Amino acid sequence: MKSKLFLLIFGFMSICSFAQEYDISGVVVEASTGMPMPGVNVVLSDNSDGTSTDFDGKFMLQGISKGSEIVFSYIGFKNQTVIIQNGDALTIRLEEDAKALEEVVVIGYGNQKKKEITGAVSTVGEETIAKLNPVNVSQSLQGTTSGVNVTATGGTPGAETNIRIRGVSTNGDNKPLVILDGFQYEGGLNSINPQDVESITVLKDAQAAIYGTIGANGVVLVTTKKGRKNMAPKVAYEGYTGFQETTRKLSLLNATEYALLLNESYANGGQDVPFANVAGLGVGTDWQDEVFETTNITSHNLSIRGGGERVSYSLSGSTMYQEGIIAPDKANFNRSTASITLDTDVTDKFKVSTKLFYNSTVSRGINSFSLGSVLFNAANIAPTISPSQYNLDGTISLGNEVVNPLAQIENTHNKYITNRLSGTFQATLAYAKNLELQGRIGFNTSNTKNRDFSPIFNYGANKIYTNTQNSVTLGKINDNDYTFDIFNTYENRFAEDHHVTFLVGMTVYETKGEGLYGSRTGVQANSWNFADLSSANGVGEEQTNSSYAYLLRRLSYFSRLQYDYKGKYLFSAMIRRDASTRFSPKYSVAYFPSVTAGWLISEEGFFNQDGFVSTLKLRGSYGVLGNDRITDYGYLSLLNGEATYVLGADQTLVNGAALGALANPDLQWEQAKKFDIGADVTFWNDRLSITTDYYINNRTDLLIPNIPVSGITGVGAPGAGSPTKNAGSVRNSGFEFAINYDQSFSDDFSVSAGFNIATLKNEVTEVNNGTGFVEGGDFGIGQLAPARMEVGKPIGYFLGYQTDGIFQNQAEVDAHPSQLALGAEAQPGDIRFVDSNGDGVINADDRVDIGNPIPEFSMGFNLSVNYKNFDFSTYTFANLGNDIVRNFERDQPNVNKLSYMLDRWTGEGTSNTVPRVTTAATSNKVFSDFYLEDGSFARIQTVSLGYTIPNTITKKIGIEKFRLYGKVDNVYTFTKYSGYDPTASTGAPIGGGIDLGFYPLPRTYMLGVNVEF
Amino acid sequence: MKTMIRKYSIITSFAALLLTTGCGDEFVQTDAPYGINSDSYFESEDDYYNALVGAYDVLQSTYVNVILGEIASDNSHCGGESATDVIGWQQVDRMEHNSVNDNLKDIWDWNFAGVQRAAFIIQNEDKTEFEGKAQILGEAYFLRAYFNFELLKWFGPIPIKPEGQFQLGDETTYPRASKAEVYAYIESDLMYAKENLAPVAPEVGRVTKGAAQALLGKVYLYEEKFTEAAAELDDVITSGNYHLYGTVDAEYYENLFEYSAENSGESVFEIQYTGSEGAGFGCLQCSEGNVMVGFSGVRGYSGPFFEGGYGFNLPTQEAYDAFDNDDLRKDVTVLDIEAWASANSAVEYTIGNQDPVTGHTGYYNRKYLPRDNENLGDANLTQPNNYRSIRYADVLLMAAEAYNRGGINDDIARGYLNQVRRRAFDDMDHDVIDASGSALTNLIWEERRLELMGEGHRFFDLVRTGMAAGAIDGFTTGKNEVFPIPFEEIQFSQGNWEQNPNY
Repeated sequence: MKSKLFLLIFGFMSICSFAQEYDISGVVVEASTGMPMPGVNVVLSDNSDGTSTDFDGKFMLQGISKGSEIVFSYIGFKNQTVIIQNGDALTIRLEEDAKALEEVVVIGYGNQKKKEITGAVSTVGEETIAKLNPVNVSQSLQGTTSGVNVTATGGTPGAETNIRIRGVSTNGDNKPLVILDGFQYEGGLNSINPQDVESITVLKDAQAAIYGTIGANGVVLVTTKKGRKNMAPKVAYEGYTGFQETTRKLSLLNATEYALLLNESYANGGQDVPFANVAGLGVGTDWQDEVFETTNITSHNLSIRGGGERVSYSLSGSTMYQEGIIAPDKANFNRSTASITLDTDVTDKFKVSTKLFYNSTVSRGINSFSLGSVLFNAANIAPTISPSQYNLDGTISLGNEVVNPLAQIENTHNKYITNRLSGTFQATLAYAKNLELQGRIGFNTSNTKNRDFSPIFNYGANKIYTNTQNSVTLGKINDNDYTFDIFNTYENRFAEDHHVTFLVGMTVYETKGEGLYGSRTGVQANSWNFADLSSANGVGEEQTNSSYAYLLRRLSYFSRLQYDYKGKYLFSAMIRRDASTRFSPKYSVAYFPSVTAGWLISEEGFFNQDGFVSTLKLRGSYGVLGNDRITDYGYLSLLNGEATYVLGADQTLVNGAALGALANPDLQWEQAKKFDIGADVTFWNDRLSITTDYYINNRTDLLIPNIPVSGITGVGAPGAGSPTKNAGSVRNSGFEFAINYDQSFSDDFSVSAGFNIATLKNEVTEVNNGTGFVEGGDFGIGQLAPARMEVGKPIGYFLGYQTDGIFQNQAEVDAHPSQLALGAEAQPGDIRFVDSNGDGVINADDRVDIGNPIPEFSMGFNLSVNYKNFDFSTYTFANLGNDIVRNFERDQPNVNKLSYMLDRWTGEGTSNTVPRVTTAATSNKVFSDFYLEDGSFARIQTVSLGYTIPNTITKKIGIEKFRLYGKVDNVYTFTKYSGYDPTASTGAPIGGGIDLGFYPLPRTYMLGVNVEF
Repeated sequence: MKTMIRKYSIITSFAALLLTTGCGDEFVQTDAPYGINSDSYFESEDDYYNALVGAYDVLQSTYVNVILGEIASDNSHCGGESATDVIGWQQVDRMEHNSVNDNLKDIWDWNFAGVQRAAFIIQNEDKTEFEGKAQILGEAYFLRAYFNFELLKWFGPIPIKPEGQFQLGDETTYPRASKAEVYAYIESDLMYAKENLAPVAPEVGRVTKGAAQALLGKVYLYEEKFTEAAAELDDVITSGNYHLYGTVDAEYYENLFEYSAENSGESVFEIQYTGSEGAGFGCLQCSEGNVMVGFSGVRGYSGPFFEGGYGFNLPTQEAYDAFDNDDLRKDVTVLDIEAWASANSAVEYTIGNQDPVTGHTGYYNRKYLPRDNENLGDANLTQPNNYRSIRYADVLLMAAEAYNRGGINDDIARGYLNQVRRRAFDDMDHDVIDASGSALTNLIWEERRLELMGEGHRFFDLVRTGMAAGAIDGFTTGKNEVFPIPFEEIQFSQGNWEQNPNY
């Protein structure tokens, strides 16, 4: 028996040894370009041997038997199989295969084939990011992802953006979670180098539930570029330089128009006219011309990526400098970044990966968004005043707030520096068949240094900015956090058709930090050069210091089961258990479940994949996510109120202790219940794709910060405040549709185009604080709050008076209910307000819903065309149906006016839209639809044209790719809005959409190069 | 075997998970870093003192009670930049206010905040024993009574909770106590204060026994308990701790409202302010300065002695004319801006609101105009003028009224009245000699108006004496005696509190 076995083995061995063998060598090239392809897998079909191509696309396999099959594979390309007949060198031409390219999407604690995704997910790829080449990464989401709204907080260089995924759901923090290569990133998207980013994935529905507690506002996953294995070092340089200008100026009165209008208003008010002689005033000073400038922007980025057998790496460094279009010396932003990525396969089963990001931002700024901003002053100061008049004494009185904006710029001195180091270290161990354990720790540590100097300066008597003492304020802030994840993935296929992935893991998150501030007067020589606490020699109460410290922790356990049957029926279920320090021990723990399901109809036998429709998927998801983004320790009653009084014969300040914000020990998790159904369809061999979704998001137990409560609880005390309370519900629903079309007509000509549209309906369904509403926002000075969150209305809707034209004569006034309660009895020429409740008197009860800041539709359109060596692309986005409140006109008799005032009422029949001017009391200034404008807009965001020099030419000087391009950002905005920028928003849930003189986003003209070696 | 290995692996990895973290939910049970939790407070004398400072702090926000009390009365116009500047004040000036009024809401919120901070101490009064505790508790009781009395004056019956602080939700369960109950509560707090406070404060600016008695006397007077009022006020007068400013050496009546006369022998209770810390409109109640003063300043003023401001609280011609020309108080109380400008050529100023009912009069509230000083931040919000809440002159006039109206002794009443008049005229020629009964009452009331003009008392004096309807344009009897409970508060109470009549 034994001998027979030996014989058998020997026999087999003989067969092997006697079979004919060859050493096979060759080169793999890309079919379309003929370029060698490094890193292509070259494997025998029986997996007995294999290698991959080197930097020149070459490979060598020794001792290959005749008749063996060698498979050449590379992601994104069609596999090619060669049967060995002889020992000749092979030249393999791999063809790209769009259909084979199964895009992998990062979904949190893992990846998933795009085809199998069952949630609502949008991705922005490398190509889009490269074409948009945005200054701030978040801009690449604007108009390219449906249901994602990105609004700038201002045109100030380095200003952050507000990203809203599927609308405003809470009156707390609506920011989505940002995950950078697996770890929570708190640095803000403007601190990331856009050229380091490979892709951005937005999780819009219950798919985000794996992030449980922090995923309620949606999740933005940013993946950075890495090196690839067996990749020749690729050095790339990207740089651009350009200039920026304002897109718009307000239409204001010139000096003569101003003087005449003022005279009229004084005369109407029965007062002596201020300008007895207007001849010779001319046009006066155009203050907007005085403050706006054409300024520079420059960026450089250098990267090296490559890899060997077991290691791949990526290094990059960048610097970007942007000046403001107002006061470029005083308002600018400089961002420098560096990153290192290293991926190592220690063994086949143990892999480690390290990423480190360093960035440093230095910014300077002017007062740019509020009453008293430079632009507010430029809009309101009289055009009769000369730019050189820094002290406004002796000029016409403009109230205590309006000062010379040039003087304001000159007296602005500040500098904010943030240095941040972030990174992640991760290890993956495939410790048993089908089982993989991953651990990773991500961290952010940042140090911020602020320095502010306000010099002694006299803007004029009683001006609130007039300083009789100078002061310097320093701030040092240190923020740290870490995220520790450990999770185990089990993946297996049973009986061929049942594919199961099971994940279980935990996350620990902690963030803590502190800030320290000090302020001193008596800065030497009244100069920024000496603005430091060390040399300032002021004495007295105004030498102050303060500090704060915080600590937040979350502890989460989670599990996810993904199952599919033959890749047709897709199902996943998740459960997450979260605990947070933001709730009392009684309420700190909560469970968040979710499920998703999908049916890939195109995988069914009856479906003809070669027909008009190539793929068809239906999917749905439902899940509950949590939100704890509220003030720390809101459940504890802390003595952090203000308790300062003056005591003693010397009248000195004495500090005591008092309760701060009212505690609410019953605080609980806010819940986001997300429902989504959607379909993904592709046509004509995937050339045309459509993704559509309908969703309903219900936020319940809304954590309403600073919710108005009865004053008897002492919330009005200095340094006290209203509690945070679970007291509301908001429902957002909408429809999203995205269509993309890609076609290569020939090697020289390809087109891709995309369009997306999203609708949004927001409704507050509960406000449980007794009054049924929460107010917010400001209009004018001392007026009733203009915005509200109220049941049955969109969050932050505007509550104001409805107007009904202008009273043309006294008879009309007499026939109308009295408007006295609004400030003054009406006269001909005044605005007629509607007695909406019909009680025969116009008062605060007549205020109605006059609009809201939420766009009903938002859209994006993009188009790219490649023809020969030219590439062209354009991106456009639009919002329709949102309202903006014009609130940058100071309510003071002598300030400059917008030119629409030229069409004012001056007598019967002269105007039915713009009221008369007068210095006397009128009710025309109360918040009404007169101050409300349609904020709809369409903006051509980017137009770029590039030319790539044929690489047959550039190769001679060692350059792989050389592309030159010209690009214009913020090209043109179509809008009826009269303010600077209809994209204006503070992002506040209640009180957003009120324009206080928004700093417009600049139009930028850029010239750039991309060079690869 | 294979499945066993797999199971084992899974168990191992779970174990690894737990081991690596080694923590459970205790991980998320942390203390606020460096935060002081109220549960562990009141462990030492310092804790009590610090909490007391917190209660005093709220007094500074009562500036609005003073300026709006003047505006509500027949003494002054609202003023401001225009007829709609601080609309809530303008409405009060016209007696057209309703329950939607942010400024009245401020008064409600801030005075209840004062009640709460005093109650915070009272609620914890038994936690720790130390020497000097009686004084601190006396002050806390006084402050609670002070704020409650303000609330009673402004809003009538209010919810009360003598046992401690209001909790969230109490607005739906604690009813508005009757006026009598609130008075009894205030009286009892002041009795406690009177018995525990020292005649001389441990620090300038803190409450004395005299202050408690003067306030108690005032409360009795409002209740028309004349005998009790007279007794308390007499105690203050005979204590020897107070005198009329300007009646002793090196004091000049003209300086009574200057910095030099702050915390003088005339001040029975004075609210302290300073200009040494900035402030902002975002939190007016947080200012360490007297916000009323900046708001009262002459608009666009440049020139000697004063600083500018927002031009509110403008005395009327009628009020100015109420003074006899010999009365020293006339020019101490009212600034005639035109006369001042013609006497000082450097003076410049602007005029804001020119509405005939609420606008420019040419007169300013000189007692509380901003003086030229080095206050910090927004100068309009940080004027350091202390507010003389209870002056000895007020005590004398209240005592005179109590003696007269109580039918106790008109001689004594006249004596007290004449003390005030002698200082005002700097002679005895203007003494009231033989008036008595209701004639004397009317003289005392007129004297109160003149002596206390610009100090926020007039409206409430008119109301309690039943003269408001005759004096204030637009005043509706049966309605305007009190102000409306803020609209929001009625809503918060969810039906527990009813609005004041006719609002």
